[in-house]
Amino acid sequence: MSTDAAPIVPAASLIPAGVPFPEAAKVALGMPQLRRNLAHATGTIRAKRANVAGELDDWEALRDAAAAIKADVQHRLPELALAFERNATAAGATVHWARDAAEANAIAARIVREAGAEEVVKVKSMATQEIELNEHFEAEGLKAYETDLAELIVQLAEDKPSHILVPAIHYNRTEIRDIFAQRMGDAPVGLTDDPAALAEAARLHLRRRFLSAKVAVSGANFAVAETGSLVVVESEGNGRMCLTMPETLISVVGIEKLLPTFGDLEVFMQLLPRSSTGERMNPYTSVWTGAREGDGPRDVHVILLDNGRTGVLADEVGRQALSCIRCSACLNVCPVYERTGGHAYGHVYPGPIGAILAPQLEPGRHDDLPYASSLCGACYEVCPVKINIPEVLVHLRQQGPHEPAEKAVMGAAKAVMARPRLWRTALRAARLGSMPWRRKGYLRRLPWPLSKTALAKWTASRDVPVPPEEDFRTWWKERQR
Amino acid sequence: MSPAMRRVGLFITCVNDALYPRTPKAVVAVLERLGYEVDFPAAQTCCGQMHANSGYKRDAAALAEDFERVFGGYDAIVTPSGSCAAMARDQYPHLTGSDIGERVHELSEFLIDVAGVEDVGARFPHTVTYHPTCHGTRALGLGDKPLRLLRAVGGIELVDLPAADQCCGFGGTFAVKNGEVSSAMLVDKCRNAADTGAEYLAAADNSCLTHIGGGITRSGGPTPIHYAEILASTA
Ligand code: SF4
Repeated sequence: MSTDAAPIVPAASLIPAGVPFPEAAKVALGMPQLRRNLAHATGTIRAKRANVAGELDDWEALRDAAAAIKADVQHRLPELALAFERNATAAGATVHWARDAAEANAIAARIVREAGAEEVVKVKSMATQEIELNEHFEAEGLKAYETDLAELIVQLAEDKPSHILVPAIHYNRTEIRDIFAQRMGDAPVGLTDDPAALAEAARLHLRRRFLSAKVAVSGANFAVAETGSLVVVESEGNGRMCLTMPETLISVVGIEKLLPTFGDLEVFMQLLPRSSTGERMNPYTSVWTGAREGDGPRDVHVILLDNGRTGVLADEVGRQALSCIRCSACLNVCPVYERTGGHAYGHVYPGPIGAILAPQLEPGRHDDLPYASSLCGACYEVCPVKINIPEVLVHLRQQGPHEPAEKAVMGAAKAVMARPRLWRTALRAARLGSMPWRRKGYLRRLPWPLSKTALAKWTASRDVPVPPEEDFRTWWKERQR
Repeated sequence: MSPAMRRVGLFITCVNDALYPRTPKAVVAVLERLGYEVDFPAAQTCCGQMHANSGYKRDAAALAEDFERVFGGYDAIVTPSGSCAAMARDQYPHLTGSDIGERVHELSEFLIDVAGVEDVGARFPHTVTYHPTCHGTRALGLGDKPLRLLRAVGGIELVDLPAADQCCGFGGTFAVKNGEVSSAMLVDKCRNAADTGAEYLAAADNSCLTHIGGGITRSGGPTPIHYAEILASTA
């Protein structure tokens, strides 16, 4: 079975890295299977989310509350981070501070070594993706095993995640069967693409890892300052295994994950499952506070990660991106993401949230991402913490560099629009100049010299309307007489 | 209603000024039919949206100031564009600190919320499908206001547009900067529009209709029309 299956080609390897979004997107758009998989998967989750969010009559009030809590956190982040450190330490955890990815990775690797281990099991975590912990471990001779089903698929395929919540969203089940059959080593002979069979194969494969692992690495969805507790929200139970069985637990937590009080979880535990998986309640929610003898890991470490976040915090408009709870609802409703997938964004955070977070976390890079949006606003409409993504996109565009050619066109347009008489003259000139094409009403191709400008991209797939002979202003003037 | 409110300033938008004179003419017809006095300040040009959304904040702010100068004297400003109304309401406060946007009404907002009418006495015996444009629906929160006006039109047959809430892919300079993604969105919108079998595709923004129409002349489908023109029709 495994030999006749199609060879595994990681999707990320097909989409060029380090090129501007429009180029990468073009490649992704040319992959029909990828487009079908994405449209099907995002469409399904989108409908589920809309259903369960619509059930709550206080949904809007919950969103307002979540946004207010997160704004409060951003206002007093230093105070809350110190409170978290104090309370987690008092409960028996060791809290580390990491300014950037290198520091966080070095701390994590040191802890693994000190525990006498060479491999770790991992709970799905965006923070560790962000700092490329797996790659760093690999380089240090350590091995990190993903235990979330979709992360496992991506890791076996030697691919990169293409979605925050469903990293293997770009694969369908036949492709997953092929990946398991060829890469899992202990995949059952004759494995079919039945979802239950695939899950069972993964379960058996992972169980051995859980039983032998001495160290686990996780992230956290929330870090409660008041109690020093961490919270992981997951649906497969693999997280629960990782968080309870190994002796040592390392959690890498972005500082924006702080919440002031335990009671605040009430708001987020209603919003997050409904927004992310479209479920009313989350299947496995693990909460732990420091370490306790005879109950779970004895050696509990928390690495509080900055990695650009305090820079984002300094921007009054942009900082709302730090409210994100990584539910991925904005990805699922985004018409751009639906057609390109995550790899085209060239960053671990793709889709609308990535378009506003990546350029802020890594200033000067990803300047193309704020333009990867039609500003349709579907993301803002679903975001459970009410991040005004279109507002931040426009704000970032207003900071970023502009191409000289575009600058010239925009400057000229403004100069004309700021002078009403010049504007009227320009309109008249356009009406006269377009006379030859008036009868047809539209143009398939722009006339020279417009055909040599960036505007020509319009006519790649759309016709251009020709200004009509009549004009509102003349009509208005005549009827005023 | 106060006499001042019976006089409205008409902002036709730069797109209609250049390409679609029939739309502001239709707005004038509808408003006058309802007894309003329409004023067209000739010094108007553009609300500044293209500059703001493309990242040219200073130019946008200058155009926003011009808008304020031209329209500052009106208690009510009516425009046949959800997108431009949203620009004034959402972005002017950040750009210039002006709250004039609160007095800028997209046509359906003005008719339903201010004038309090749904039936404007129109007749349009055709099949029509309606595309809720993104800025009108989401940024402005028009909801189904334009549709309510259309439902009251005599002789009209409205057909649902599949996946209506999906963006057509226009997005201003997005259509050029990310031309391929934009085109992929457009293809789906045009297919859905054609599948309705309707004669007309109505919307609240001629910029979106330019985009969809530019695709439809290639692939076939309903004729794009601003819904104001349907409301003006008494055929
Ligand atoms: S930006 Fe909002 S919708 Fe998107 S992932 Fe974050 S919380 Fe979810």
